[in-house]
Amino acid sequence: MFSDFDLNVILGSLPYLFGTGMVFTVTLTALAATGGIILGTLIAMMRLSGIAALAIPAKIYVNFMRSLPLVLVIFWFYFLVPYIGQWMTGASRPISVGAFTSALVTFTLFEAAFFSEIMRAGIQSVSKGQTSAAQALGLNYRQTMATVILPQAFRNMVPLLLTQTIVLFQDTSLVYVISLTDFMGAASKVAQRDGRLVEMYIFAAVVYLIICLTASTLVRRLQRRVAIIR
Amino acid sequence: MSASASPASAAPMIAINGISKWYGPVQVLNDCTTQVTKGEVVVVCGPSGSGKSTLIKTVNALEPIQKGSITVDGIGVQAKGTDLPKLRSRVGMVFQHFELFPHLSITDNLMLGQRKVLGRSAEAARSTGLTLLERVGLSAHAHKYPGQLSGGQQQRVAIARALSMNPIVMLFDEPTSALDPEMVGEVLDVMVGLAKEGMTMMVVTHEMGFARKVANRVVFMDRGEIVEDAGKDDFFDKPRSDRAQTFLSKILAH
Ligand SMILES: Nc1ncnc2c1ncn2[C@@H]1O[C@H](COP(=O)(O)OP(=O)(O)OP(=O)(O)O)[C@@H](O)[C@H]1O
Ligand SMILES: [Mg+2]
Repeated sequence: MFSDFDLNVILGSLPYLFGTGMVFTVTLTALAATGGIILGTLIAMMRLSGIAALAIPAKIYVNFMRSLPLVLVIFWFYFLVPYIGQWMTGASRPISVGAFTSALVTFTLFEAAFFSEIMRAGIQSVSKGQTSAAQALGLNYRQTMATVILPQAFRNMVPLLLTQTIVLFQDTSLVYVISLTDFMGAASKVAQRDGRLVEMYIFAAVVYLIICLTASTLVRRLQRRVAIIR
Repeated sequence: MSASASPASAAPMIAINGISKWYGPVQVLNDCTTQVTKGEVVVVCGPSGSGKSTLIKTVNALEPIQKGSITVDGIGVQAKGTDLPKLRSRVGMVFQHFELFPHLSITDNLMLGQRKVLGRSAEAARSTGLTLLERVGLSAHAHKYPGQLSGGQQQRVAIARALSMNPIVMLFDEPTSALDPEMVGEVLDVMVGLAKEGMTMMVVTHEMGFARKVANRVVFMDRGEIVEDAGKDDFFDKPRSDRAQTFLSKILAH
C-alpha cells in the first residue's frame, strides 16, 4: 500500500490545499472565534446579571446550542438563515446570504455558547471585592466590566479560550455539508480526483497535528506572558 | 464628652438614621443611628460578625438597606434620582484586602477613577496620582504591579487611589487586619496624617492605639446594633455597657 506512496501528488496540490483550503479554514476560524468570544461574553454577562429576563433566555440558549450536534446546526442554518434574514429585514423574498456567511453565522452562534461558559467561569474567578472597589471609585456597571472585571476574566481564561479555538479550527472541516471547501475538503477533493486517498489523508492528518500541537505549545507560552502578577 | 458634644452647628457629613438590613430572614443591622460631622474621625469596633463592614458599606450603597435612611453631605444615598456613581466618587473607601486592580500598574490604578469618573486628562490624572504616591512614600514603585508590592505598600497605594478622587470623606474597613504586624504601622501613619489634616473619616478597626490617638468618637457594635456611641475618652475610661466592657478587656489584653 505504501510502496507507491507518491509525494508529487501532495507537492503538486500544495497551492490549492493552502492557497484555497487553508486560507478558508483560518479565515473562518479567526472570524468565528472573534465573534463567538464577543457574543459569548455578552451571554455570560446576561447570565450573571441577576436579572431573570436576561439570565433565563441566555441559559436556555447555551443549553440548547450545546445539546445539538454541530453538523445539524450548520445544515439547518444554511436553509434557515435566508428566511431569518427575510423576516428581519421585511424583504419579500428570502435573503440570499451565501454559504460562507451562513457558515460564519452558524459557527459564531454555536461557539458563542461554549465561549460563554468559559467567560462565565472567568468573570466568576474575579473576586467580588474587585467589583466593590471599582464601584466605590464611582465606576458604573459598564465601566466596571470593561476596565476591571473583563480584562481579568479574559486573562484568567486565555488557555481555555484558545483551546476552544483549536477545537473550532478542527470543527470547521464540517462545512463540507454545505459544499464549502476548507483545507480538509480540498485534500479530500484532490484525493478523490487523483485516486490518492492514502497520500492526501495522511498529509492532512500531519498538517492538523502540526498546527494543533504548535498552537497548544504557544498557548502555554502565552499563558505565562499574560498571567497577572500575583 | 458625649456624642452630642460634636459641633452641633455643623451639618453631618454622614447621617445614618435608623437603618436596618436583612439577608433573607437574618437581620444583620438593627435600627442603627449615628453620624459623622465634618472633620471628625469615628472609629467603629465590635466583635466579629457584629455588622461593622455591612454598616460602613451602606454609606456608599455597596450594601442596600431595607429600612431607614442615610445622607452623605446632605444627599440621600437611597433617594431616587441620586447619581450613585457621582456620590461614590466623593466617598473614598479602603478595603481589608486592598482590592487594587492586579492587571493594572500602580500608576494606572491611581489614574483609572480620575480618568473614567472625573473625566480628567491623562496628564492631570498622572500628576495627581504621582503626587499622592509620593505622599504615601511609594514614588519608586509607580511602574510596578500590585502583586509586586508588600501588603503594607499595597494598602498605602489603595489609600492614595481613594484620595485621587478628592473625596470629602474616607471610609476604612479594617485596613490593617490583613497585614503582617510589622506593616501595620506604615499604614496607620498615613491614616493618622490624614486625620491630622482634617479629613472626615469613618474607620472600622481594632487598633485601639489609633483610636486613642486620633478618634473623636467610638461606635461600638454588637449583633447588628449600635450598643455604644460615645466620645473617645468616655468609651475607653467608662464604657457603659457590659458588652463594650467585655470587648475592651479582651482587646486591650494583648
Ligand atoms: N452576603 C451575605 N449573606 C448572608 N449573610 C451575610 C452576608 N454578608 C455578611 N453576612 C452576615 O452579616 C453579619 C454581619 O457581617 P459583617 O461582615 O458586617 O460583620 P463584621 O462586623 O464586619 O465582622 P468581621 O469583624 O468578621 O469583619 C454576619 O453575621 C455575617 O455572617
Ligand atoms: Mg468586617
